[in-house]
Amino acid sequence: MIELENVTKIYRMGKVEVPALRGVSLTVGQGEMVAIMGPSGSGKSTLMNLIGCLDVPDSGRYTFEGEDVGRLSDDRLAEIRNRKIGFIFQTYNLLPRLTALANVELPLLYGNGRDRRRRAMEALEKVGLGDRVHHRPTELSGGQQQRVGIARALVKNPSLVLADEPTGNLDSRSSEEIVAILQSLNREQGLTVVVVTHEPDIAASTQRIITTRDGVVVSDEPVKNQRMALAGIG
Amino acid sequence: MNVQTILFTALSSLGANKMRAGLTLLGVVIGVAAVITLMSIGKGVQQSITQRIESLGTNLLFVRPGDANQGGFSRGQGSATTLTMADAFALKDDVFTPSVAAVAPEISTTAQVVAGRNNTNTRIYGVTPEYLAARNFDLSSGEFITPGHVRENSQVVVLGSEVAETLFGFRNPVGQKVRLNSRQFKVIGVLESKGGGNRFFSLDDQALVPITTAYYRLSSQRTAQGGINVQTINVQLHDVDDVDKAIREVATVLRLRHRITREDDFSITSQQETIEALQETTNTFVVFLGAIAGISLLVGGIGIMNIMLVSVTERTREIGIRKAMGAKRRDILLQFVSEATLLSLGGGGVGVTLGFVLSILLNGRSLLGTPTQTVFSPEVAVLALVVSAAIGLFFGIYPAMRAARLHPIEALRYE
Repeated sequence: MIELENVTKIYRMGKVEVPALRGVSLTVGQGEMVAIMGPSGSGKSTLMNLIGCLDVPDSGRYTFEGEDVGRLSDDRLAEIRNRKIGFIFQTYNLLPRLTALANVELPLLYGNGRDRRRRAMEALEKVGLGDRVHHRPTELSGGQQQRVGIARALVKNPSLVLADEPTGNLDSRSSEEIVAILQSLNREQGLTVVVVTHEPDIAASTQRIITTRDGVVVSDEPVKNQRMALAGIG
Repeated sequence: MNVQTILFTALSSLGANKMRAGLTLLGVVIGVAAVITLMSIGKGVQQSITQRIESLGTNLLFVRPGDANQGGFSRGQGSATTLTMADAFALKDDVFTPSVAAVAPEISTTAQVVAGRNNTNTRIYGVTPEYLAARNFDLSSGEFITPGHVRENSQVVVLGSEVAETLFGFRNPVGQKVRLNSRQFKVIGVLESKGGGNRFFSLDDQALVPITTAYYRLSSQRTAQGGINVQTINVQLHDVDDVDKAIREVATVLRLRHRITREDDFSITSQQETIEALQETTNTFVVFLGAIAGISLLVGGIGIMNIMLVSVTERTREIGIRKAMGAKRRDILLQFVSEATLLSLGGGGVGVTLGFVLSILLNGRSLLGTPTQTVFSPEVAVLALVVSAAIGLFFGIYPAMRAARLHPIEALRYE
């Protein structure tokens, strides 16, 4: 599903060139739940952006579901993000003006989204927020906001969910809930889940841990005993 | 994204900052209202001028002498002294000029008119009895100049209503004596007011005397041939549709009389032409007024651009989120363009309404000492709406393009 071959990415900060990725190769198969770990500056966010089709590699090759991402137009990339990929952010990235429901409807606005309201309602019910649909983000707790974020990521039935430090801003109880939701998505619906995290607990809840450092992959190992989060939604 | 969604999204974004949206809107409202109001005033002025000229009769031709040339220098049209009384009467001929109903030659001069302790300086026209009907005047009291008066160079005068009021107040001037350039004249009549004058030009500020009197007693001009030179021959037609035919007839007669083989020494204009020429001039005036108001509309447009640029910067993160969720460039572009267009079109709508109300309120009010009528024209309203929508598009497109071009990652990282 995800195939990276010797991918590099260089960012320019003014005149200085910062190599963020220096030849990364990895594969993630359909239905896997993978954690990407590494210290800040190790290139894991860049890797995440590339996998999420928010950016394209400078060299090397990234194939997403058989398509060579490096050759795609901006519009085609937007389409892939819209249809195939659900994003979950550390800072939730909800639009503060909109209600939970309208936030979840957002991906449905782009591309042919019918029955927007109903589909958004279903997604919110799935994450246990059926009674909070008309609340604005500021009226929700951090954990609830992140669940709105998850509902938004799921509303288009993507094949890949990308979570960038999804529990970074949450207390341990809320974190546990979020991880439980991600795990159940992976197990019950066969969704591919990629989580960027620096929390060992979260990483241990996945099936495989990829560690990056200085723009290269330094280790890629399966998790022996996957930790199961206790589902206690509500 | 369908139209409904785009509009809804744009409206809710604008609604999030009502104060800001309202003030931006106000810029366009003022611009559009100014355009509508000023154009209404301009059109009103145009209409009242046209109406006043039309009230003088539309079935008229004016024959004037051509320009005099002295050593190659033209002294301007009407400066030559080639038209005479005899020319005038020759134009009333059933055989050569069947289209002509009446002929009224005139000469004009200015004079100081004195009645007791009151005096005024006014235009004096030397006319014949036909003048009254040809120029569509009516008498409010007394009688008009008779053929006898013309024959005998009688020192009689018919006063315009304004002159009469200045000299005699509310007393009846008929039968009273006035002095024109120190000669004593008897007032035999007063003209009905044409109304609608202004401080520069009024049809009521004039006095009429027999043409012979004007020539021999008031004017300093003398003709070498001994005939009376006239400055204008008013030619009244039977039918306004015969203008072209009448012009040909009159020209033929005059060419024969003046033995012209090459260039005419006279010019013929029709009242219709005068109205058209004037309308052209006043059109310029209306457009000028509109253009001045248009500047404020432009300023309103710049206000929209300004606020849209601020909005794009403020909402960089939102744009990033939308792009991550699959919004294409076109989607973002449409979102911001539609916000700008809604602002300008909304402002246009309110502005048209306000301009309409203002032009109704101003109708008949005195502006700069002149009663002004306003004419609200729907075409101008539609035009203003279209222009304001275009301004929204024009000034919205640059900020929207900036938004659409943002890189999703950089937009998402924006704090």
